[in-house]
Formats: sequence, structure tokens, C-alpha cells
Amino acid sequence: MRTAFIQQLIEEARKNEKIFLITGDLGFSVLEPFANEFPDRFLNAGVAEQNMTGLAAGLAMEGYTVFTYSIANFPTLRPMEQIRYDVAYHNLNVKVVAVGGGYAYASLGASHHATEELGMIRTIPNMVVCAPGDPAEARAITTALTKHKGPAYIRLGKAGEPKVHTSLDSIRVGEAICVRKGQRTAVLTTGAMLMYAFEHKENKEKNYSLYSFPFVKPIDSATLRDIAKTHSNIITLEEHQRSAGFGSAVLECLHDLQESGEIDTIPNVKRIAIPDQFVSVAGTQEYLRSLSGLNM
Amino acid sequence: MSATSVNLARDIRATALKMVYEANASHIGGAFSMADLLAVLYDNVLKIDPAIPKDEARDRFLLSKGHACTSLYAVLGLKGFFDLKDLDTYTKNGSSFLSHTSHKVPGVELSTGSLGHALSVSCGLALAAKRKGRSFRTFCLLSDGELDEGSNWEAILFAQQYKLDNLVAIVDYNKIQSFGDVEEVIGLSPLDKKFESFNWNVIEADGHDHADIEKAFSKAASAKGKPSVVIAHTVKGKGVDYMEHKLLWHYKSPSKEQYEEALKQLSK
Repeated sequence: MRTAFIQQLIEEARKNEKIFLITGDLGFSVLEPFANEFPDRFLNAGVAEQNMTGLAAGLAMEGYTVFTYSIANFPTLRPMEQIRYDVAYHNLNVKVVAVGGGYAYASLGASHHATEELGMIRTIPNMVVCAPGDPAEARAITTALTKHKGPAYIRLGKAGEPKVHTSLDSIRVGEAICVRKGQRTAVLTTGAMLMYAFEHKENKEKNYSLYSFPFVKPIDSATLRDIAKTHSNIITLEEHQRSAGFGSAVLECLHDLQESGEIDTIPNVKRIAIPDQFVSVAGTQEYLRSLSGLNM
Repeated sequence: MSATSVNLARDIRATALKMVYEANASHIGGAFSMADLLAVLYDNVLKIDPAIPKDEARDRFLLSKGHACTSLYAVLGLKGFFDLKDLDTYTKNGSSFLSHTSHKVPGVELSTGSLGHALSVSCGLALAAKRKGRSFRTFCLLSDGELDEGSNWEAILFAQQYKLDNLVAIVDYNKIQSFGDVEEVIGLSPLDKKFESFNWNVIEADGHDHADIEKAFSKAASAKGKPSVVIAHTVKGKGVDYMEHKLLWHYKSPSKEQYEEALKQLSK
């Protein structure tokens, strides 16, 4: 996903001279092509994420569309106040990019697990929050966000994720994607859990619907309304704490749809998410997911 | 020394005092300590035009110590960025004049209130000017207490690395922070040596002597290859004898008698 992101950002930067990329001293062997092609629109802010984010706000005030880039927790949790106050309150064109969402940096430990940030950032006004499910989504979202005026957060996976979508030319900010139409039960995923749900044998056998929701905010309420009208069960799947994340956003939206009379009843909703816990043992991403019960 | 800047400083203090008194608000001590700095900046240093507040060529001024906003609002009103009468709405329901600096007010570049933010944003503005070949300069006024914030030192490191000689930081060094004397809370001394060792061009000034302040900004303008800091030695509550050097005036709003006495002293 990170390769797809940087390749697409380079393509966009060739067409749009406002695009600027700042790294927090990470991205070795990934960001060099951008840095080499656009030296005037790239910089390394060092291991200083608070300054990187404030700096991005300043550059955005002068007309740049700024992407800040680092690993998981660093560009998100560390400068959360700069994201809220400098970037979001001033509604600036800054896109925070985290590579290695969820447990992608599994054995690096809890310091490197991004498992709360979707919820934290989702509560901040003006922020768009997204977690692409595969490289094709990462590309389409990168393009969409270069055109979107205002702040956003993008949670990427790491590298080497397989493609789920055979073709995805474009995506609108806030749009969900129907991967497979089935019956009765709809599985809704955000981020890199998409491939797990896509390949899950039981899902296929039982003919579940599968939707990817790369945008946690704004959430695609029209698609959710249609899902609620045609399915009696919904399963949400995310690599994030159970509180405040994607499943919570789905529940909130379903409740609002019922309150406004757009749906009569709320389907049964099962949320698969991290059960309010840290993982403090080593292992692969798959192993850590299984420890947190992220399976169907 | 400009007679107009001295008059402007007096009017800034009187205007800020009225706002604080009528709103029963805080932070008059820190608003007074930086009043002379603002007066010199807005009188004859900053290239700004109140008629075109978003002019691309304007110098950028960011107040990092957002709690001292009354003096900034006052100078902007006095210079004609908006009608001075608008200041009567300060802290009232629905007013843009919040008691921390608000970018909804004409002439204000950045909302501040949480300390340790504006210097990083200023680095972004100064870097943008460099990258785009623009000649505007960026000025950022900080308190001494907020230098406790680590984010400022990230920005201080960054500014020298990128040779932001179009950036001027100003420290309102009144030596008193929220809960006591700076040296007793988290000491900054020797502040000049700290900035020097971070490879900044350091200029010290008497923050109430307008000629000295002007000279400091002129030195900053001629610095090449490194950012400048004007360490302005100031007095908290400067201009009203019973407020000077007193921590209490970080918090307190004057009584009617105190207000009248302060106005009398300021008009001398």
C-alpha cells in the first residue's frame, strides 16, 4: 500500500505543483523517488512530529497541499494537538499519512501499534479519516485527497498487500465499495482487514455480502442504508480498538438512519475489533490479530 | 525612536486594560509586557496594509502567547484592521474576540492559546517564502514560560537547519510564568547562550525602549543564513506600578478603583 501511495503521489505531483511531502525521518527506500523528482516540495523534518505537523500547517497556509508521512503512531498520536488545533481548526490542506496501521509493525511492540488513532481523529471536526483496504484503494484515495480541500488522515498498511479490487479507477471522499453481493449477512471492513474477509472461506460458502469502507469519516450512510434494508445481519471488522473506531461509526450511523426514518429497523450488528487491550508479546501481524480475536 | 510608536504603546495598553476590566478577564500582565514590542512592530517594522489583510506580500506576525491577545487585538484595531468599537464585544456571546488569539479576527494569522504551536507554523510560513522565492518575513512572539514546551525546541532546531533567515522569533522575557518566577519553575538562563548554541542569531534588547527594539529588528533584518531571535527583556505588568513584576496580574482583573488608577498612570 505504501508503494502504491507514493507512486500515485508522484503522479499527482507531476500534475499539481502544490503537492508537498514532509517525512518525520522515515520512509527509507520508499520516498526517495519523490524526493529526487521534487526536491523543492520535499523535506525531512527530522524525528520531531509536533514540529512537522505545525510546519505542514504553515506551508498549507501558503497554498501547499501538504502530506506528512511517518509510521503508525508517530504522525498521529504524538502531534494530536497540532492535528486538532493547527491543522483541523484552521481547516488547512494537510493530509496526515501513517504507514503500518493496526498491528502491521507487530513485533515492534505496542509503541508501534496504531490501534486507537481512527477513533481519536474521527472526533475532530473537519477531518476526513480513511483506511484503504488494498493498493488499488490506496491509489484512488491518494488522488481523491489531493483534490479534497481540507485536512485528512490516511492509514496505510505496510507493503506487499495483495490487490482485492481488479480495477478501481477512482473513489469519492466518503464512498464505500461493494466487493461482493450476497444475502442476509453483510461483512463490512475498513483498512487492511479487507483481504482477510475477502479470502475467508466461510464468507464465500455462506454467500455473505462484502463491503469495503475505506472512509471511516465521512461514513457512506447511503450505502449503509441500502445494506440495512437488504440484510438482517451486519459484521464489522477492523484492526482497531472496539471503542470509537469503524464499528462504532457504523452503529452511530445506523442509529441516525433509524432516527431520521430512513430505515425501520437496525440489523443485528456484530463488531469484531480489539477488545480494549494492548498486545505485549511478539509475533506476526496475523498472530497478533488472532490474540485480539480479529477473526470470524 | 518614533513618537508614534510610543503613543501607540500607550493606546494599546489603555485599550487592552479596558477590555480586560470590562470582561473581568485575565492576563493583563503579559499583555502589558509585550505592548511596546507590538507598538514598534506595527508602527514601523511589519510590512502590512490593514486595507489588504491577506495581501500575499505582507509580513506575517504570529502571537504564540495567545493568552495575551488583548494587546494584539488592540493594536490591530488601532491600526484599522477593524472598527475599534468591535472590541466592546470581547468575550461576549457570539463574538470572534475570544480571550485567546483568534484567526477569525481580521489581521490575525493563527489562532493560538495552547502554548508551543506558533513557532512551528511560523517555520512553515518562512519555508514557504523561501521555496516560492517570496520576500515577506515571518515574526513570531513567544512568552518565556512557553519555552518549557518541547515543540518549540523542535522548531528552533528546524529553523537553523533550513537557514530560515526570514524568520524572527521574539521572546517576551518578563521572567514570570503561570506559577512563579521562570528561574524557579524551569530556569531558562542563560537563554542567549541556549539560542546561540542552537545556531541562531541572538539579539538582546530592552523590551520597553523603542529605540532599542527598533535597532534589534534592524539587526535581525540584516542577518543572513540563520534565523534571528530578539530576546526582549521586559517587565510583567509594565506601565502600571502596582502590576509591575507581579505574578498576580497573570490572573487578576482590576477593580474599578484600580482601573481608574491604571488609566491615570497610562495617560501620563
